[in-house]
Amino acid sequence: MNAYHIIIAGHGGQGILFAGKFISYAGMIREKNVSWLPTYGPEMRGGTAKCSVIISDAPVGSPIVTKPDVLIAMNLPSLDRYEPECAIGAKVIVDSALVPRQLVRTDLAGYYIPAQKLAEDNGLHGLTNMIMVGKAIREIGVCAYEDIEAAMEKTVPERKKNLLSANLKAVEIGYNFPRYSFE
Amino acid sequence: MAKVTFNIDRCKGCNLCVEACPKKILALSHDELNAKGFHPVEIIDESRCIGCGFCATMCPEAAITVEKEGRAEISAAMEKVLMKGNEAMAEAAIIAGCRFFFGYPITPQTEVAAYMAKRMLEVGGVNLQAESELAAISMVMGASSTGVRVMTSSSSPGISLMGEGISYLAGCDLPALLINVQRAGPGLGGIQPAQSDYFQATRSMAHGDFHIISLAPNSVQEMADLTMKAFDLADQYRMQVMILADAILGQMMEPVILRDAEKKKLPEKTWAVTGTGGRRKKNIINSLYLSVEELDKVNRERFARYKIVEEKETLFEEYMTDDAEIVMAAYGATSRICKNAIATARTKGIKVGLIRPITLWPFPKKAFQKVAQRAKAFLCVEMSMGQMIDDIRLAVGGSKRVAFCGRVGGMVPSPEEILEKLEQLNGGGVNA
Repeated sequence: MNAYHIIIAGHGGQGILFAGKFISYAGMIREKNVSWLPTYGPEMRGGTAKCSVIISDAPVGSPIVTKPDVLIAMNLPSLDRYEPECAIGAKVIVDSALVPRQLVRTDLAGYYIPAQKLAEDNGLHGLTNMIMVGKAIREIGVCAYEDIEAAMEKTVPERKKNLLSANLKAVEIGYNFPRYSFE
Repeated sequence: MAKVTFNIDRCKGCNLCVEACPKKILALSHDELNAKGFHPVEIIDESRCIGCGFCATMCPEAAITVEKEGRAEISAAMEKVLMKGNEAMAEAAIIAGCRFFFGYPITPQTEVAAYMAKRMLEVGGVNLQAESELAAISMVMGASSTGVRVMTSSSSPGISLMGEGISYLAGCDLPALLINVQRAGPGLGGIQPAQSDYFQATRSMAHGDFHIISLAPNSVQEMADLTMKAFDLADQYRMQVMILADAILGQMMEPVILRDAEKKKLPEKTWAVTGTGGRRKKNIINSLYLSVEELDKVNRERFARYKIVEEKETLFEEYMTDDAEIVMAAYGATSRICKNAIATARTKGIKVGLIRPITLWPFPKKAFQKVAQRAKAFLCVEMSMGQMIDDIRLAVGGSKRVAFCGRVGGMVPSPEEILEKLEQLNGGGVNA
């Protein structure tokens, strides 16, 4: 059975929930079973935001992810909080522009990308999340590269269609960013 | 383009819709008369209608329906969409023909009200944020009296506040849909998921002898499907039907197909207060009976109806119970976690299955009695201190051990701790 148990975490406003929705839609396109569970409390107004996504061949049981095999960490508190919870061998994508440390655990695979800086350098303010997603697609294969456009069409609401190409560009940047070790 | 339909005989020619129409395409008929003897409203140029629904909102007789094309096509296309449980319930209610929503926002249910605020405008319905839950349920009562499909939604503390009104709905035999997206209690409690309103939903909603039908979905798809079914049940039996969900189901997104509503043949609402047109004795909706004999009679009639519901409408899912020695019982979100635990337990050679009640009232007693003949023990899993477990004990009558695994305060039981409980039960002579 093939399944991804994903946690995406950062602070409210970074587009954590949107990134999760995009990955869910990408799974749906491939007829996978998916679930998406957000934080919905005061976090929504600017605390720590977290989103659990499961993409699975089998029907999804509990939508709660307790041992993620994929972690996308978009700030330091999120990495501090969820790194210990990761399953052995989990793959962790870290925004190295925002998180000033490497993984502590040696049984995890870390992928570092200065996503926040890349977003600013490319005039993609607010799209750090999609750069991280691009990196996750490249390194982990959370969804197929060919599905990016179709999934984005479904995720971006009608009234924000003008932002479609910027979102796609952000995913591209993340996808094409070379692997590098943390300095 | 939008489609406007009028219930001509309800129109009293008050002209309010004519004035509200921004396109000025409504007018009172000059030559036609309706059953009440008024000149009813008519549409002059439907092609210019923008579907704003102002006319329907203004109409004091609720005689106007506006249907806007576009969004309604979602259901026709049968396309899978990613939706929150709360939103799926709201859209399903619209598909089922509900055009009246009265509520008050409360986490983790607020998306229902937010969705309705947008959507009721598009379909020409009424969405009203009341000043309190007590006001909302009273509005539900008023709307239901006129025979329309109406709903409200809230979360635990808000439902408690509605208790009085729900008892009045029961006393008046008025159909209504009530949604409870449970959060942790008691008091204001917390906003995290819980299942601690089971007693309230199945036993003690409020004063007086009455039951409501309680439906417990466990996926976003079921939240949509059961919402549509709930309206049919409510109209069929003149009962109040509750969807008892929890914060996990309300907040999570899953793919859902919004099917068209099943066209069931339902009894005509001859009791509705719609005006008599001078043709018959007027209907009165009332729950006060000063004659003891009469009150005794209506109570007995109501319970005769409850009996039919118990016989015909009990729903449950059985999962891997055929060879099960331990049978788990769980509803809603916890039933999904139990299925995860079953998958692992089975690889360890523990023969375990699950009965998932879909109707909590009526409770699927017979399903439990049937498996009790061969199962060795039961394990009830709830996000409460143990409420549904009472119904299982009543059903199996002390013949078998009924163990409990629960979490409260907004915590959710993990598959691992359920597995641990199963291993204990299995090792405790059950499998000897």
